[in-house]
Amino acid sequence: MRELLNDLDRWQKKGKKIAVARVIDLEGSGPRLPGAAMAVNEDGEVVGSVSGGCVEGAVVVEALEVIETGERRTVTFGYSDDEAFAVGLTCGGTIHLFLEPLDW
Amino acid sequence: MSDESTPLYNVLAAAIRAEEPVALATVIEGPNTGAKLLVTPDDDSMGTLGTAGLDRVVERDVLGELASGRSGIRHYGENGEAREEAVSVFIESFAAPPQMLIFGAVDFTAALGRVAKILGYRVTVCDARPIFATKQRFPMADQVVVDWPNRLLEDVGESLGPRDAVCVLTHDNKFDVPAITHALDTEVGYIGVMGSRKTHDNRSKRLREAGVDDAGFERLRSPIGLDLGARTPEETAISICAEIIALRTGRTAPRPLRDTDGAIHQE
Repeated sequence: MRELLNDLDRWQKKGKKIAVARVIDLEGSGPRLPGAAMAVNEDGEVVGSVSGGCVEGAVVVEALEVIETGERRTVTFGYSDDEAFAVGLTCGGTIHLFLEPLDW
Repeated sequence: MSDESTPLYNVLAAAIRAEEPVALATVIEGPNTGAKLLVTPDDDSMGTLGTAGLDRVVERDVLGELASGRSGIRHYGENGEAREEAVSVFIESFAAPPQMLIFGAVDFTAALGRVAKILGYRVTVCDARPIFATKQRFPMADQVVVDWPNRLLEDVGESLGPRDAVCVLTHDNKFDVPAITHALDTEVGYIGVMGSRKTHDNRSKRLREAGVDDAGFERLRSPIGLDLGARTPEETAISICAEIIALRTGRTAPRPLRDTDGAIHQE
């Protein structure tokens, strides 16, 4: 969250709607610990990261839906090998993310 | 100018920027998903997770997690009951940054200060010589102190803990020995001391005379840093910070990843 603050402030000043995704749990191997965060604004601009770049694209899609609906959600990404084109972590771990609008 | 529609976020952001410890508890599952409690050690909490009972129990748990800088999920009953799972709460700790005290105002200090800032340390440079210990020479430092290292440690030693580091780069016995003995009196997690093998042997003798025992020597990383073959101040700074990371994670050998197996990211 620390590294997102300047961009979040800038977006807020412009009146942009924002969703924040945070890693809340990690099973097995994974690059980022609970607390790692990324934020997406209504224009699709992105700051921060929640993995080594494996799932960020899918998180943007989820975050834009959260901005649109205003509804919070938990999303899980697991190992990607069993479904060749599914989004997941190549390192074999599972991460759980919590996504919510920045409305608090 | 902060946004009035995000009062909790504003307080959280201000505390993080001021490097004050703060934690955010968020209901991620259960009634009131998204409800939040913002907790700081000294002020009243802000917000609510839904019930006064839940707030009270979570606040207590959050203060414990914050003290050790941990983040994770905990489960409670709707009124904070233990051994129930009606509510899942994600507790995120924003501990104050760890401190690194660097003694000796030399080129190695500037390089180490820069790498330490990348790693998130609050960096203090200390040297007794006012012409060397200047903010101009160490713009990356959060604080530059002109004083004897042992006197600075007498002032701030109590605030040092397992996440913090003391790096003694003076390699002059007159400064090193009192700095090291005072650092050993603190709870600091890492004490590294620079010097050649010869300097190290000579200094060890002086330290022994000053009353440092085997347990004390066991804590000292001397000569400082991992065996990376570092030459320049910048490379040396990397070898020192790599040693600090390895000490924290309990990995001892600076071997290349190519020659080891096991998880790259340790849990």
